[in-house]
Amino acid sequence: MKLTTREELDDTEKYQARLQVAAVFIIAAFGVLLARLLVLQTVQYEYYHTLAESNRISLVPSPPNRGLITDRNGVVLAENRAVYTLEVYPKDIADLKSTLRELGGVIDLNDADLRRFDKRLRESRKFDRVAVKSFLSDAEVARFAAAKYRFAGVELTTRLFRSYPMGTTAAHVLGHVGRISPRDKAALEARGETPAYLGIESIGKDGVEKTYEAELRGVAGYAEVETDAAGRGIRTLSQTASTPGNRLRLALDIQLQKIGEEAFAGRRGAAVAIEPATGDILALVSQPSFDPNAFVDGIDPATWRQLNDSRDRPLTNRPLRGAYPPGSTIKPFMALAALETGTRPAERSIFDPGYYTLPGQAHHYRCWKSEGHGAVDLHRSVVVSCDTYYYGLAVEMGIERMHDFLARFNFGKVSGIDIEGERSGLNPNEAWKRARFKDKWYAGDTVSAGIGQGYVLATPMQLAYATAVMANRGTAFRPHLAKEVVDIQSGKLRRVQPKPEYTMHFDEGNLERVLDAMVGVTQPGGTASQAAAGAPYRIAGKTGTAQVIGIKQGQKYRESEIDERYRDHAWFIAFAPAEAPRIALAILVENGGHGGSAAAPVARKMMDYWLLGKMPDAPAEVAQ
Amino acid sequence: MNPWLLRLWRFLARPLDLHLLALLGLLSLIGLVTLYSAIDESMTRWSGQLLNYGAALLCMWLVAQISPARIASLAVPLYVLGLLLLVGVALNGDVVNGARRWLHIGVTRIQPSELVKLATPMMIAWYLHRHQELLKPVHFLTATLLLIAPLALVLRQPDLGTAMLIGAGGFYVLFLAGLRYRVITLLMLLAVAALPVLWSSMHDYQRRRVLTLLDPSQDPLGAGYHTIQAMIAVGSGGFTGKGWTNGTQSHLDFLPERHTDFIFAVFAEEFGMLGAGVMIGVIIAIVLRGLRIASHANGLFARLMAGSLALSFFTYAFVNIGMVIGILPVVGVPLPLVSYGGTSLVTMGLGFGILMSIHRHRSNLHAA
Repeated sequence: MKLTTREELDDTEKYQARLQVAAVFIIAAFGVLLARLLVLQTVQYEYYHTLAESNRISLVPSPPNRGLITDRNGVVLAENRAVYTLEVYPKDIADLKSTLRELGGVIDLNDADLRRFDKRLRESRKFDRVAVKSFLSDAEVARFAAAKYRFAGVELTTRLFRSYPMGTTAAHVLGHVGRISPRDKAALEARGETPAYLGIESIGKDGVEKTYEAELRGVAGYAEVETDAAGRGIRTLSQTASTPGNRLRLALDIQLQKIGEEAFAGRRGAAVAIEPATGDILALVSQPSFDPNAFVDGIDPATWRQLNDSRDRPLTNRPLRGAYPPGSTIKPFMALAALETGTRPAERSIFDPGYYTLPGQAHHYRCWKSEGHGAVDLHRSVVVSCDTYYYGLAVEMGIERMHDFLARFNFGKVSGIDIEGERSGLNPNEAWKRARFKDKWYAGDTVSAGIGQGYVLATPMQLAYATAVMANRGTAFRPHLAKEVVDIQSGKLRRVQPKPEYTMHFDEGNLERVLDAMVGVTQPGGTASQAAAGAPYRIAGKTGTAQVIGIKQGQKYRESEIDERYRDHAWFIAFAPAEAPRIALAILVENGGHGGSAAAPVARKMMDYWLLGKMPDAPAEVAQ
Repeated sequence: MNPWLLRLWRFLARPLDLHLLALLGLLSLIGLVTLYSAIDESMTRWSGQLLNYGAALLCMWLVAQISPARIASLAVPLYVLGLLLLVGVALNGDVVNGARRWLHIGVTRIQPSELVKLATPMMIAWYLHRHQELLKPVHFLTATLLLIAPLALVLRQPDLGTAMLIGAGGFYVLFLAGLRYRVITLLMLLAVAALPVLWSSMHDYQRRRVLTLLDPSQDPLGAGYHTIQAMIAVGSGGFTGKGWTNGTQSHLDFLPERHTDFIFAVFAEEFGMLGAGVMIGVIIAIVLRGLRIASHANGLFARLMAGSLALSFFTYAFVNIGMVIGILPVVGVPLPLVSYGGTSLVTMGLGFGILMSIHRHRSNLHAA
């Protein structure tokens, strides 16, 4: 380095001088800090010491009462229950062991309780209260209250827990609340809703508890509490009351729901009942079900594993998430399509030899009745559920026209019901198959689609919705579970106003022909005549049987020879009274066999209750 | 000692200034001890922070290998990259707590203002170094513009605290390069004159913080809460403190942000005036050691950079402690080497790495 010129030396000296100025400045600045610390920590020490050690004010949030959920008649489906918890302040207890031993004489403390307490104690922080036992019984509360003077540092607190008094009934509709998870927290933060959850520990996780979370939640209040150095409240200075959540009245009739659930008698399946004129969902059955109470304070791993791993999948909301081949229940819609698109006039008969063949092909598409139905017109095709009629009809109509017509009844689309998790089913056409399988559409695909098999899939919700639209003569009301919200502050009702989603205009004669055929299904000679026998009202319906496994050419399907899980699914769709429908239903019994014998009796029990107020007398009979 | 270990130690220690290293280690130790109490003895977070210290140490060691000339050659690319990222944040950043500071890059997100904290003084030092033969007022003017560009972008986010630190880092370079006192006085007067303008362009929360500084009791549950609770913590610590992990303010949740920006309050509550004096003593020693390295630095870039780094460290510590004890407004500035958080630690590691490199390539003319 050359440091020769006078100028650079100057520069260097100037630089060193600046460094010295900086050093002085720094020491002066830290001097200011030290002086301030001296003032705070010695001169004003007494003042701050008093502030810290004596009483202080802290804000203690008080969680709101979550809104009640009732059925359409005001029967409570979700409420809040006070739960007593015993807590200790370890700091205030000289001998924790002996205190616990003594507590054991007042309340029931088993080894599991003590283990849980040890774990919580280890995880707690220095000044935390630690729960000894939750869910104390009334007797335990009374005993402790009497003996309280002996236990310094032990206190009884209450917390509100969500409770579902109906247990497993309508569990998939209600959903449940649960502790706010880190993921929930992140979602709340993203939506900027975190402040609304101060003091609130749980959140709607599923079902209407989730959809109507903002209505049900309420607003936490808080109290200004004087606390001592250990953080315990000494007295309350002021209190801002919490605002309870709003009350939610559902369209559901819990009695109808129960009848529907019991009618399954342990079988797996789904039932949806809709009021056609409003879209009110009267029942939404998913069997088997689960007890939502298990989720409220965090589900224990063993119960969770048992529910989640069960082959019967009790956690799956079948009416919304179960997509099954609709089978013959698609036939009334196909029949209407035949008339509306002008593919086949109602009077034209075809001859059913027991199978259908595509021109120039040897493959036999078999009718369910192997000896055939003989001459079949449109009316008879619905009443006896002739497959051969619909094989040919689908081919004549073409998959595109069929797809477009079924789409008008919401096949392949979600219904838009007000709880999460709905699947859209599948209404296939050429474009879909090209996109999905990169394969062309074959004539055989159309044949099986004609009887609701092949690629076609529908959820019970979709079939119930389509049936309700049919019952309503083409006017669709979006299905909904919530009927009204009662604003707890103002007492005002906010009703869900059913508005027609859309209206389809069909030729009156065409529609009546199809509805007439559906009534024929429940009359003597129809596939559901047995289940409808003796009903004082007229039922329009259609049975269906959805294949679970394929049957080879030349083989016969024999129910008794097939494992129960591979048996056909039984369907029944119906509405009644046929002239002025008040209820529309879709019933699915998984592996139930025939629609007429397995699914239709469930619908009959529900209709009898809804239309006649009749309770089912005997326990539901199990299909053979 | 085992000769192999000895050789390893020599290899590791060769690029480092052991005086500075010892002081930094001491402050880090104080930081780890305090943090253990501030995070309620949670070993997972504590060991996480230990990893952060490891990463910072590695960064420091690696940077110390690079010669100051090579570091100077990185000034322009780093500065340009920093500016581009800041523009990226302005156009496409994440909003957290109402400020747009973070930028997503692939899997992670970064806060480009951290990079700019180092790149801006580097750029100015590089520029002045290039024109050192005859530094004219026009060069200082250009240098000031180089400072204003990132400053304006960070202010816009808005991030008053970081903007202040970037401004300080750049200003120290200009000051050490010999900016006339007359001009400095003029600039200060201008700054005072600009205060009303700044006030009118401030966000509400920023104004509240300034007002709260003037009188924290105005808003005890809102903006003043941090300051009041921190002052109670520090004041009640007294001369000898309440003892490690026994701070009531810290452990009863009265003290917010106690493991990050307000960790000094935890320390002062538990170790008292005595402890705070020791900590400030260590910080002063680090800054003075940095200035000593600056005084022996070889070449204008190294001198300016070393001086700016030492003075920036002082500024971070001063602003943070000043905020905690209620003589400066609450701005989000961590206490260097003590607060929880990896980003700030790694930035510190890089900065001290540059200082170590400058020390290693020092001029022998003034060797002490």
